[in-house]
Amino acid sequence: MTSNTRRAFVRNAALTAFGVGSAPAWLTRTAYAGAKSRKVLVAIFQRGAMDGLSAVIPYGERRYAALRPTIAVPRETAIDLDGFFALHPALKPLKPFWDSKQLAAIHATGSPDPTRSHFDAQDFMESGTPGRKATRDGWLNRAIPPQPKPSPIRAISMGGTLSRSLRGANPAVAVNTIAGFKVRDDAQDDFMSMYAQSADPMLKGTGKDTFEAVKLLESINRNQVDSGITYPNSRLGQSLRQIATLIKADAGLEVAFADSLGWDTHAGQAPMLQNLLGDFANSLTAFHQDLGERMADVTVVSMSEFGRTAKENGNRGTDHGHANVMFALGGDVAGGKVYGKWPGLEAEQLYEGRDLAVTTDFRDVLASAVRHHAGTPDLVKIFPGHQAKPLHFFRPIQ
Amino acid sequence: MLRQAISLVLAVSLFPAAPKLTKEHRALHAASRLTFGPTADTLASIQKLGVDKWVEQQLHPEKIAEDPALEVRLKRYASVGMSNAELMEKYPFRPGQGKGGAANVRLIYTELAETKLLRAVHSNRQLEELLADFWFNHFNVFFDKGMDRMLVTSYERDAIRPHVLGNFKDLLLATSKHPAMLFYLDNWRSVFADRLPRRNEKRAIGLNENYARELLELHTLGVDNSYTQQDVTEVARCFTGWSIADLREGAKFKFNPLLHDRKQKTVLGHTIPAGRGEEDGLQVLDILASHPATAKYISTKLAQRFVADMPSEELIGRMAAAFTKSHGDLRVIMRTMLTAPEFWSPAAYKAKMKMPFEMVASALRATGAEIDNSSAILQELKTLGQPLFRKVEPTGYYPFAEEWTNSASLLGRMNFGLQLSQNKVRGVRIDLDKALDGKTAPAEIAQALLLHQPGPETLKTLQNKSETSPAQIAGLVLGGPEFQRR
Repeated sequence: MTSNTRRAFVRNAALTAFGVGSAPAWLTRTAYAGAKSRKVLVAIFQRGAMDGLSAVIPYGERRYAALRPTIAVPRETAIDLDGFFALHPALKPLKPFWDSKQLAAIHATGSPDPTRSHFDAQDFMESGTPGRKATRDGWLNRAIPPQPKPSPIRAISMGGTLSRSLRGANPAVAVNTIAGFKVRDDAQDDFMSMYAQSADPMLKGTGKDTFEAVKLLESINRNQVDSGITYPNSRLGQSLRQIATLIKADAGLEVAFADSLGWDTHAGQAPMLQNLLGDFANSLTAFHQDLGERMADVTVVSMSEFGRTAKENGNRGTDHGHANVMFALGGDVAGGKVYGKWPGLEAEQLYEGRDLAVTTDFRDVLASAVRHHAGTPDLVKIFPGHQAKPLHFFRPIQ
Repeated sequence: MLRQAISLVLAVSLFPAAPKLTKEHRALHAASRLTFGPTADTLASIQKLGVDKWVEQQLHPEKIAEDPALEVRLKRYASVGMSNAELMEKYPFRPGQGKGGAANVRLIYTELAETKLLRAVHSNRQLEELLADFWFNHFNVFFDKGMDRMLVTSYERDAIRPHVLGNFKDLLLATSKHPAMLFYLDNWRSVFADRLPRRNEKRAIGLNENYARELLELHTLGVDNSYTQQDVTEVARCFTGWSIADLREGAKFKFNPLLHDRKQKTVLGHTIPAGRGEEDGLQVLDILASHPATAKYISTKLAQRFVADMPSEELIGRMAAAFTKSHGDLRVIMRTMLTAPEFWSPAAYKAKMKMPFEMVASALRATGAEIDNSSAILQELKTLGQPLFRKVEPTGYYPFAEEWTNSASLLGRMNFGLQLSQNKVRGVRIDLDKALDGKTAPAEIAQALLLHQPGPETLKTLQNKSETSPAQIAGLVLGGPEFQRR
């Protein structure tokens, strides 16, 4: 098997089970009146490999500054967290959430697989099965709990393609923009009919999911009230803005996926990170403000395929490394703390002599979020082949 | 000729029932897979030549007369013919500086993308165009990374196009030495790690593994093959000194011996002797180009684009053998694939989902569109998830159905079909009546655009639509499920 031949039409079996023309119980949003308290899990993927040692800086480490003579964040600008770790100055907007204990960091997380390929590592992280390329669906799709009356927009992937994490047997829709998510020129019924009768199971199934979501989003769009919150005009900012709209609409959203691009900082990384981390912080801050009290039901978890070399490279940048830092933000997060066992930066402590070692499997972080989000799901089904040891970074459920 | 070709396709049923494709199905299959979208004209030429001869002709684009109107049109785009130096002089650009630079970049991008689009829609050398798209994507470079905005024009023209039916090794070498690639994957800044910085040297110096890793993983061996992190580092050391001279005034490849690591290296078990220079990188390219894993990986990628998302191991094996035997002759490998029973099997017929660029180009071809200004189309491709020359990651775009079958993409396709058929795409003109050969009945409209008998989903939906305008019907066909496959 080559790496690409594993891609298969996962949904075919699930899709043919649907009939055409069943009563659309979800047509009105009132169908979800009881959905208000539903938890929402938002996953953010920082593609390109974020430099976790710059995001949550181990400035108490003797070797940190020495490993990075030109790119270490100066002590005086770093935002102290606990005397040993500090936030990058561009993450300053997030500090209030740290102080109010809604933001946690989990350091030295990553995959047991040693790959330093973006392609493979992203794929492993999104499938939730490091080292196993045959997995067809994504962890976030498997994490969607069974639901008697699921909303057509229970699972949303922001952007023009459906993220690998959300591919699988549960319906999930890719949305560029809510406002543009419709068919023009009164052609909707005809297209719906054509796709519903298509002999092609993939197009038929995707068509069905699409038109159900179109109808629901149309009603949300009509009733949308501008929150007046300004989000960054970035991929992440605009994705979170729309996710917030869906959460506030009480339309049954349960899981959402958003991308943040451009973290592959091989050269001249300081100004790049200033922008990237600034965008990350401002996007999350706007999201938090926008949701207000609804944040109590929301957990945001961030991930990136691997970390970057502990030592800077020849171009004031860093190359592909191993462990990284993940963030969790939400009303239930027991924040204000850096979780995870810190492996150290001494030469003998580094993975393969060059990278931060992994002490927490990324699946244990995600498993914790999934368990909190969906009660007690079958973690072995979500992360097959892994004996999950969920980290405890949530407040106990009251 | 048009009428004759349409009457020809009337004979083509939706799906071949027999274990072998009929003559008509073979013609439509070739026209769907080896062009940016079948047209009545394409089918007419296939009928005239015979499908096997037509395929062989497409493998020799130099023997195909180009569309004279296209040649005249392409001459209007001055920037696409310029060297890096001319381009930088005529359209100055400094990353992050000045507004004039942004307008210049816009012009360069538009001319580059518009000429690609025009060729895809109008060229008679359709297979060559598909291959130019395939190989650029294989050796992807992101237009918007710094100075690459000034370099991608010559990269596509000089490093990719001349070699798409040539030798893989030449193609690999051309990409390796082109400043667009050296810049995109940072090799131009990768230098001997142990060299001490000079006192007045502002820039930190050292090894950068970015190019070395993607060279192994994406350009040659493929990620599944057993090279190690050590191999990546050793390859990076071999390529130290492969740099760019005068990045902002012409940007040429330059080997700088002062930056090169002259110590001995070991790459995939081969010893690269100490004391040499540029030869180190050349030897690595030799090792990679003749490696069996490369033969297999390149064969797999070609088969995934042209035959099926999951091509059989047998087909890949035969293509890889042809790769090895011909020392990477891409025409020979393509011929092996295009004469294989797998390519002509009923299972392969209409089995590929169109990528967004393929969908848009095929709709433009099916409607006989004239493109006066491409900006709306280029924007559309961005919305559909495939902006030309703007894939950030070195992986390029994936050719798999799963990648493109999603809600956002389907809605985009439906809306594009409607807009196009109603002449509402800015900068694009269609003469629908001509494209449909005067047909007005819904089933005939579908047939004229699909070039085969429409399936029941299309017929059942459209049969009661005699009141609906032909333009709206055409839009439903172009955005409908049958048009999304090729």
